[in-house]
Amino acid sequence: MSQYSAFGLLRGALNGQKHWQPAWRDPEPKSHYDIIIIGGGGHGLATAYYLAKVHGLKNIAVLEKGWIGGGNTGRNTTIVRSNYRLKPLHDLFEFGLKMWEHLSDELNYNVMFSPRGAMFLGHSDADMTKLAERGDAMRCDGIDADLMTRDEVQKLEPLLDMSRDARFPIEGGLIQRRGGTARHDAVAWGYARRADSLGVDIIQKCEVTGFVRDGDAVVGVETTRGRINAGRVGICVAGHSGHVAGLAGLKLPVESQTLQAMVTEGVKPMINSVIMSQSLHCYISQSDKGGIVFGGDPDNWPSYAQRGNPMVMERAVAQGLALVPALSRLRMVRTWSGVTDMSFDGAPIIGETPVKNLFLNGGWCYGGFKATPASGWTYAHTLATGKPHALNAPFALDRFERGATIDETGSGPMPNSR
Amino acid sequence: MMQFTCPHCGPRDQAEFIYERTVDAVVSLDAAPEEAMKSLFTRNNPRGVDEEIWRHTYGCRAWMVIARNRVTNEISATRAVGPEALP
Repeated sequence: MSQYSAFGLLRGALNGQKHWQPAWRDPEPKSHYDIIIIGGGGHGLATAYYLAKVHGLKNIAVLEKGWIGGGNTGRNTTIVRSNYRLKPLHDLFEFGLKMWEHLSDELNYNVMFSPRGAMFLGHSDADMTKLAERGDAMRCDGIDADLMTRDEVQKLEPLLDMSRDARFPIEGGLIQRRGGTARHDAVAWGYARRADSLGVDIIQKCEVTGFVRDGDAVVGVETTRGRINAGRVGICVAGHSGHVAGLAGLKLPVESQTLQAMVTEGVKPMINSVIMSQSLHCYISQSDKGGIVFGGDPDNWPSYAQRGNPMVMERAVAQGLALVPALSRLRMVRTWSGVTDMSFDGAPIIGETPVKNLFLNGGWCYGGFKATPASGWTYAHTLATGKPHALNAPFALDRFERGATIDETGSGPMPNSR
Repeated sequence: MMQFTCPHCGPRDQAEFIYERTVDAVVSLDAAPEEAMKSLFTRNNPRGVDEEIWRHTYGCRAWMVIARNRVTNEISATRAVGPEALP
């Protein structure tokens, strides 16, 4: 694999840019792999890359039913942050954020990580108390967090409606300055290119339709391109976790729901950070191309539809317009939605399943993109050794029956109960 | 937006209804701890038809079970639940 560089680009300019090669191969599936990862999104591709790079495994395949990065990796709002409240989430997401800071170098692929600051808005005294508590928890675990006054919020985002009769008055905020956004497609493509160069077979248009069992163990998968044997199989399919695990007879603590997002036409810089409101559940940022990206709540009922309901979209837009009235002048150019597997405590599931040789990485709710590097790193460790990494040990599938849920919002056993 | 046919009020916009949970998530009163755990914390979550409990919250407030396809949103059956649904 040739290294991408400014020098290479310049040299290409002299010969009409004819030196470009496909960034990854399109191999036929082999009959056996040591490890098969189901799902060619960011998490699956990152897992394959770290399996090859960190654990030195050679015989790995990523099976993708569509095209890589075509699921939730291409359907999120690209926000990267680690501003959680509970320690297991701090540890995992902060580990990930530190990886993001060097990811472009690591992959030799510009993932356009832009730490422009991730800011939560506080709309009341109670909100500010909650944000202060969260900020304190973060700082106790060594994560940057700054409580902001009303004036500081206004200085950072002059277009917010700061008037006293605003629909959602703003009293202050909490910012994680190291948070920001990244280019979602580049994450999938960067990991795919690197994994491929280390010998990982990325097999697209190959849907898993069943598992091959030998007694209580999984020994392979049935796919639309034939049977493939495997030493270990890792599920990494986001919203379809329940469906794929169901093929192995498992019933998971997840419910799949649709999460929508939307983008406006491109305009000059007007939103400087990532603006989020947890009380409203609305998040707004500006892409490097200039479009205002925003999203809201999931459609609060089960769905695999990959298309959203206008009723929910309207709510998100109404919140966005109330916070930043200037957005009302922009035309929306695109909306989309992804299928998210909402877990019953809001935290992901990474680890073993009751079926031997079958592993699960899922339940990321609406927070998977930011975790891509950390998810890949810990899942690779789990798949290579058969045991959880210290960072994903708290996120075991059996934590619900042990009563060891990681319930950030304290909302009890319902998916997305807020 | 979907349209549901309330057994009491007829066809109404989905905006009047709130989703509660699926039928497989209802804990029976005499459930053993393991069964209750399973009902509370796991779902069939099929990529197809499942039976869901919805409430006509901004209408007659009655509960109902709706069989809905999660991919196509096609509704194949609606039935009332509660005392009024008894024969």
